[in-house]
Amino acid sequence: MQLSFKNGARANGPASLADLGENEEGTLERIDLPADFAHRLMELGFVPGHAITVAHSAPGGDPRVFRVDGSEIALRRETARHILLRKQ
Amino acid sequence: MGDCHGCGSSCVPPKQAAMHKLVAIIGPPNSGKSTLFNRLTGLRQKVANFPGVTVEHHTGKADLPGGHDVELVDLPGVYSLHARSEDERVSHDVLHGKMPGLKRPDGVILILDATNLSRHLPLAASVLSLRIPTLVVLNMADDMRQRGGAVDTGALADELGAPVVLASATTGEGVDEVARFLSGGIGVPKPVELPVLQDVPACRQWAREVSREAGYTHPAPPVWTRRLDAVFLHAVWGPLSFVLVVGAVFQTIFTGARPLMGGVEWAVGAAGGLMRAVLPEGVLRSLLVDGVWSGVGAVLVFMPQILLLFLFITVLEDSGYLARAALIADRTMARVGLQGKSFIPLLSAYACAVPAIMATRTIENKRDRIATILIAPFMTCSARLPVYTLIIAAFIPDRQFIGPFVHTRAAALMGLYVLGFAAAVLTARVLKSSILKSERTPFVLEMPPYRVPSWRTVGLRLYDRAMAFLKRAGTVILGVSVVLWALASIPLVDGKAPPIEQSLAGTLGRAIEPLIKPLGFNWKIGIGLVTSLAAREVIVGTLGTIYGMEPDKDSAGLQAALQKDLTFGGAVALLVFFAFAMQCMSTLAVVRRETGGWKWPAVQFAYMGALAWLCALAAYKVFS
Ligand SMILES: Nc1nc2c(ncn2[C@@H]2O[C@H](COP(=O)(O)OP(=O)(O)OP(=O)(O)O)[C@@H](O)[C@H]2O)c(=O)[nH]1
Ligand SMILES: [Mg+2]
Repeated sequence: MQLSFKNGARANGPASLADLGENEEGTLERIDLPADFAHRLMELGFVPGHAITVAHSAPGGDPRVFRVDGSEIALRRETARHILLRKQ
Repeated sequence: MGDCHGCGSSCVPPKQAAMHKLVAIIGPPNSGKSTLFNRLTGLRQKVANFPGVTVEHHTGKADLPGGHDVELVDLPGVYSLHARSEDERVSHDVLHGKMPGLKRPDGVILILDATNLSRHLPLAASVLSLRIPTLVVLNMADDMRQRGGAVDTGALADELGAPVVLASATTGEGVDEVARFLSGGIGVPKPVELPVLQDVPACRQWAREVSREAGYTHPAPPVWTRRLDAVFLHAVWGPLSFVLVVGAVFQTIFTGARPLMGGVEWAVGAAGGLMRAVLPEGVLRSLLVDGVWSGVGAVLVFMPQILLLFLFITVLEDSGYLARAALIADRTMARVGLQGKSFIPLLSAYACAVPAIMATRTIENKRDRIATILIAPFMTCSARLPVYTLIIAAFIPDRQFIGPFVHTRAAALMGLYVLGFAAAVLTARVLKSSILKSERTPFVLEMPPYRVPSWRTVGLRLYDRAMAFLKRAGTVILGVSVVLWALASIPLVDGKAPPIEQSLAGTLGRAIEPLIKPLGFNWKIGIGLVTSLAAREVIVGTLGTIYGMEPDKDSAGLQAALQKDLTFGGAVALLVFFAFAMQCMSTLAVVRRETGGWKWPAVQFAYMGALAWLCALAAYKVFS
């Protein structure tokens, strides 16, 4: 049942945005970050239940651009790791 | 719905409610607020295609038919009314009437991006619930239609309880409607009850319903943006195209500007010759020709280069590439403890450190912001360009370097830019691991779609730059030239000006000579270093004046004169000195204002000066 062991994915926990590859899509479950920052991310479209697609990344793979709610937002991996996805 | 007991101003009949005095323009970042502000006021606030361009409030009188007296205020972009950074706080304060010197706005123009309506509607809910008469402008209508989007403004107005117009600030569509609102010609409909929006998911749900009711068709994704990103953010092509673009820029600054500079040089020389011929010999002629004109003229010659540099910067900013550059640079910035967001102010410091330091307001973390302010003046600003190109052209032969495209001179110039950037990055590293240590701040940056730069924007920006340059030549540089001429003309010997070495200026120059002799500079360069404390390019004017006053001047100009005064090692040392030293009063003043005291500007001045002196010394030793 384990989906992936890719960089940083916890073995049993839910997958995070950081585990998605380019052009893959996931549905946001919750944001595991300080409330104030999580609020900002939500204002930008990172809302539970929304679909998020991975777009391009900077050369080297970090930061990455995520397509969410019609716009493109760049985040570092260290942030994306705390944005958890719904299990399929 | 629709109960408005005690709702204040919005219940007043439309005619009176619309007699505004102060109207605030608010909306999410990069939605076109400043573009619309400029259209309505005829002013020229900076417009560029990335979020966080405007960081201060700017007011201007709207140009309305019928002579209505309305003052507009352009604000920094906000995602919500919950302020997190300095620039967002400005918008928040103005909107709530807490900005000193500004009353609470009587009206609001809320600009939303029509290409992404549902995302921006939550902001509309919180702005409309302030109960200030508001016009909702759906901007970027041209872009929305082109990508197949549509919206029914009437239905949206009913949903929001506020008038809605579809507009395009760049093409001018809908701007008449906005003007009509400002002069009171659009009634404010009965307000409807809007959700109180603490809970983001609920608020999103509401936004989705409203946009559905308003028949909003989301435009197709921007295809070109994706295609271009596939190249510019490609692991190989991305960095490669970056290097190619930068190389082309530097080469063009040297070769492309040459004919224009030749033209200006000729005109300056001809004007000088004319003045010499027309004016009778005497003090006045000496002052005007040898003092003022040799100083001001020497700087004027560099205007084409500076404009060319600004052309490139403006195109990069207005196309949307800048945000990609910030993304690519984030890794490097992270390594020195800063975030990619710091890179945007640093890039704009290539034009001038003053707006760059203002632009740090978008950085939420205080310590990151101070660190960025402290390193910004290391970036090669346009005032260094005349100094660099003058010395490079005088001391570095023009040969092919990388293939036929990049020559040695362009490469040397590029090297100086890299040197400044390296100093900035290393300083940041030191600061962030010592006195300005802080938690790593998250990096969040919205990528704007690529846009074709508007010629209007580019043209106006270049025009403004040219005017600013001329103004500086006509004030600071002219003033310094006059003072210098006076100092170089006294004390009189037998009723005539003394040889320049024995003049007051010469004496002063000799007094500081011991300090700069180790760097390979003589007293003339020393005087230039002193005057360049006002602004860097002043040294060019100063040298022009000094050489202009020497009796045995030859017509070969500044370059030839410099070759006599500096060795190659001294020239390299001078370049290094200018790369590092903090020679700019305006920058020190803005650092004091933005950091709220003299502590940081003093630290910055001392540190940069010491670094400049030591590195120039090392350069002189190595290259002699
Ligand atoms: N296609 C199109 N582009 C527009 C329109 N209005 C503005 N732009 C472009 O959008 C970009 C942002 O415009 P600005 O006026 O700087 O936006 P702003 O809202 O002031 O941005 P901040 O000051 O960063 O909050 C610029 O590249 C403009 O040329 C429009 O109606 N249509
Ligand atoms: Mg603006």
